[in-house]
Amino acid sequence: MTLARRTLATLALLALLALPLVAGKFYVDLIAKVMIMAVFAMSLDLLVGVTGLVSLGHAAFFGLASYVLVLVAPDPYTAVSLWTSLPLAVGACALAALAIGALALRTRGVYFIMVTLAFSQMGYFVFHDTKIAGGSDGAYIYVKPSASVGGWSPFDLNSGAHFYYAMLALLVLVFVFLRMLLASRFGHALRGIRSNEQRMRALGFNTYCYKLAAFTIAGAIAGLAGYFAAVQFGFVNPEMLAWHQSANVLLMVILGGMGNLGGAIVGAFAFVLLQDLFSSLTKHWPLLMGGFVILAVMLLPGGLTRATETWRFWRFGRRHG
Amino acid sequence: MAEPLLSAHGLTRHFGGVLAVDHVSIDLRPGEIHAVIGTNGAGKSTLINLLAGELAPTSGEVSLSGHALTGAPPHRLASLGVGRTFQRSNVFPDFTAFENCRLAAQARNARPWAVHEKALRCPTSGEAARRALAAVGLSRRSDVLAGLLSHGERRELEIAMCLATEPKVLLLDEPLAGMGAEESQRVLALLRELKPERAILLVEHDMDAVFAIADVITVMADGAVLAAGLPEAVRADPSVREAYLGDAL
Amino acid sequence: MDLPIFLIQTLNSVQYGLLLFLIASGLTLIFGIMGVINLAHGSFYMLGAYAAFVLSGLTGSLFWAIALGVPLAVAFGYLLEWIFFSFLYRRDHLQQVLLTYGLILVFEELRSLAVGDDVHGVSVPATLARSVALGSTMTYPVFNLFISGVCLVVAVLLFVLLQRTRLGMMIRAGASNREMVRSLGVDINLLFRVVFALGVALAAFAGMVNAPASSVYPGMGNQVLIICFVVVVIGGIGSVTGALVAALMIGFVDTFGKVFLPDYAGILVYLLMAVVLVWRPEGLFRESRA
Repeated sequence: MTLARRTLATLALLALLALPLVAGKFYVDLIAKVMIMAVFAMSLDLLVGVTGLVSLGHAAFFGLASYVLVLVAPDPYTAVSLWTSLPLAVGACALAALAIGALALRTRGVYFIMVTLAFSQMGYFVFHDTKIAGGSDGAYIYVKPSASVGGWSPFDLNSGAHFYYAMLALLVLVFVFLRMLLASRFGHALRGIRSNEQRMRALGFNTYCYKLAAFTIAGAIAGLAGYFAAVQFGFVNPEMLAWHQSANVLLMVILGGMGNLGGAIVGAFAFVLLQDLFSSLTKHWPLLMGGFVILAVMLLPGGLTRATETWRFWRFGRRHG
Repeated sequence: MAEPLLSAHGLTRHFGGVLAVDHVSIDLRPGEIHAVIGTNGAGKSTLINLLAGELAPTSGEVSLSGHALTGAPPHRLASLGVGRTFQRSNVFPDFTAFENCRLAAQARNARPWAVHEKALRCPTSGEAARRALAAVGLSRRSDVLAGLLSHGERRELEIAMCLATEPKVLLLDEPLAGMGAEESQRVLALLRELKPERAILLVEHDMDAVFAIADVITVMADGAVLAAGLPEAVRADPSVREAYLGDAL
Repeated sequence: MDLPIFLIQTLNSVQYGLLLFLIASGLTLIFGIMGVINLAHGSFYMLGAYAAFVLSGLTGSLFWAIALGVPLAVAFGYLLEWIFFSFLYRRDHLQQVLLTYGLILVFEELRSLAVGDDVHGVSVPATLARSVALGSTMTYPVFNLFISGVCLVVAVLLFVLLQRTRLGMMIRAGASNREMVRSLGVDINLLFRVVFALGVALAAFAGMVNAPASSVYPGMGNQVLIICFVVVVIGGIGSVTGALVAALMIGFVDTFGKVFLPDYAGILVYLLMAVVLVWRPEGLFRESRA
C-alpha cells in the first residue's frame, strides 16, 4: 500500500473506533451493518478478485449460517452460547461450500456462474418450501447469543456499542487473515489461477484443489458475516439466500475494486449507504439502483479504489510501466 | 543407450473426423535432444499436448520412467518432472518476469497450507527463479511485467518458467520462433548444457538449429511418423526429402 | 396413479417443458453466439406477459394481443441490442452479469411505474375456454392444449429455421465457432442483432401465450430465468437440441415432483442439474470447445 493509502486507512480506522463515542444509535447500528457486509464482500473478493471465480450464489452461505443460529436455539427465548453456535454455523457453511464447490468447480466460465446461482436457489427453496425454521415466514431471534464463558462475560452483544466494537474487531481480524493468505504461497497460486489457469496446470498445480479450498474458505467467512447479520437483525428468512443478495454483494466487490480487499470494504460502505440514500428518495429506488449499477460498471470498470487509474486512463490514454 | 524417461507408444488422437496424430511412437532418453520436425499441420503440437497431458489420446500409451501415465492430467505429469513450453507464449501477463518464474518454481515446493509464510520471502523459489532467468539472459528484465516484454523476451520467459520447475523431461514447442539470431544461439547453448541427465523434445521449424543440435530426429507428416533416427540418416532419407521438396535440407 | 391423472401430468409436463424451451433457446443462442450472459432474459418473458395483459385489455382479444405483441417484441429486441447489448460483447462475464442485473432492476421498476404491482389475470379467449374429456372422470382445459400446440409449432419452425435456411446455418456455425463466422465475411453485427431479436421475441411470446394460465405478477421473470439457466447448463451452451431435451426433462421432473414430493419439488430440478454435472460438466449436448 502506498503512503497515501496507508494514511487513509489509518484515519478510517480511527474514525471507526471513535464513532460510537460521537454518533447516535442509528449510525452506530448502520455502520455495524456495513462492517458485516464488508466481511461478506471480502469473502467474495477472495473468490472473484483473487481467484477469478465469479460466483452468483454466495448468499447461500450467508443465509445458511443465520439459519444454523436459529436452528441451534432450543427455543426463541433462550440465549445460545456464541462460542458453540458460531463455530457450528461457520463449520456448516464450510461443509456446504465444500460440497457445492466440489460439484460446481467441475464447470468453467459462464457455466460456473449459472451453476452457483442455481445451487443458491436450491438453498433458497429448501428454506422456503419446507417447514424448517418457519418456512417462507422466517423465524425470529428474540435473544442474542451470549458470550459468557463459565459465568464471565467479556462482552454483551445486546449492547449496541459492544456489538459495534465486536464487528469492528471481526472486520480487522478477517482483513488481516485474508491479507496474510494473499501474501502466502496459496494466495500467489490463486492469483496465478486467475491470470492463466492453463499455465498453472501445466506447471504442476492441481488447480481444482486450490479453487475448492478458496471456495470453502470464502463460504466459511461468508457464514461468519451471515451469523452476525442474523444476530443484529433478529430475524431470519429465506430472502437472505436470494440471488438479489448474491448480486448485491457481487456489486459491492466490483464497485469498490476487485482483488485488493480494501476495495471490498469501500464497496460495501458505498453500496449500503447508497441503498439507504436511494430508498429514502423514492419507493421506486431499484430504478435508481439499477441505473447506478449500469453507470458504475460502464464508467468505473476498475471500481472506486482504482478510480485514479481509470481517470488517468481517460485523461492520458494507456501508459506503459 | 539409456532407458527412456518418457515413452509413448501408438499414440493416436482424433478430433471429430480429423486424425491429428496417427499411431506415433517416440522415446525420450536422458542425454538426448530429440527433435520433431514436419510441415504445418503434421501434428507436432498435438503430439506435445498428448505427451504433456493437455489432451488425452484416443488410443495409445504414455509412460514415464516405466510407469504408465496415459490420460494423466497435465498437473500430474508436471509434478512428476515433465516440463513444457507453449507454441504461443503462455505466461502470466500481469506479473513481472521474476514473479512468473517464482510461481513456476513454487510448483515444486507448493506447501499451500503454510499460509503464515510469505511467498515472496521464500528463498528456494526465489533462487530457482533467479537462476532460470539468468540462464535465458533475462536477469536485467526481471522486474518488467510479462505483458510488456518483447515477443522474443516472452519466448525466453517461456523457457525460463519451464526451467524453474527443474524438470527431468522438457517438451519444447517451437522455442526459437520469433527469436533473433543471437537469442537463438543462446537458447541452443543452454539446451546443450541442460542435456545431460535430462530428456529434451524439441519441435522446431528452424532446420539449421535442428541439425546443429539434435541427437535424434523424428519426421512427421499427416499425423504419422515419416522417418526417425540419427540426423544423417534422416537427411538422406528419400521420403523425407520428397516431403520437404528438398529445400531446407 | 391412474391413467387419466398420469395423462394430465404428462400433458402438464410437456406444456411446461415446451414453454421453458422457447425461453431457454433464446438464452442459449445469445450466449452461444454472442458470448453474453444475459440475466435480463427473464424480464423479456415478464414484459411479454404484461404486454399481453395490456394489449388484450385494449383490443379485447388475446389473439390480437399476440399478433401485435410479437412484432413489438422483435422491434424492442432489435433496438435493445443496438443501444445496449452491443456494448457488452467486449466486456468480461462479471461485468455482463452486473450490467444485465441492473437492467432487470430498471425493467421491473418501469413495469411497476407503468402498470403497478398488482397481480392481474388475463382472460382465456372464448373459443378456447372449454375443457376436453380425458377418460370418464377427468377433463383437461383446451387452452393448455393450445399453449402446448402453439409452442410445439414454434419449436418446429425454429428447428426448420436453424436446419434449413442460410440464416440458420450461420446461427449454428456461430454458436459453435464465433471466429469462423466472422472470418467468413458475414455481417456479424446484423447477425447478432437478428439473433438477439429472435431470442427476445421467443421469450416474450412464451410470456404472452402463457399469461392466461400463469397470470401476470411482479417477479415472474426472475423465477423463470433461473430455471432457464439450469436448462442451458444441462443442455449445453449453444445447443438448441440440448435446450429442448433439458427443458422437457425439467418439465417432467418438476411436474411429477410436485405430485409425489410437494415439499421438495422446488429443489428437484437443481438435484437433476447436480447429477448431470457429475456426469457431464459441459452439458449433455455441448459440441466443440469454442
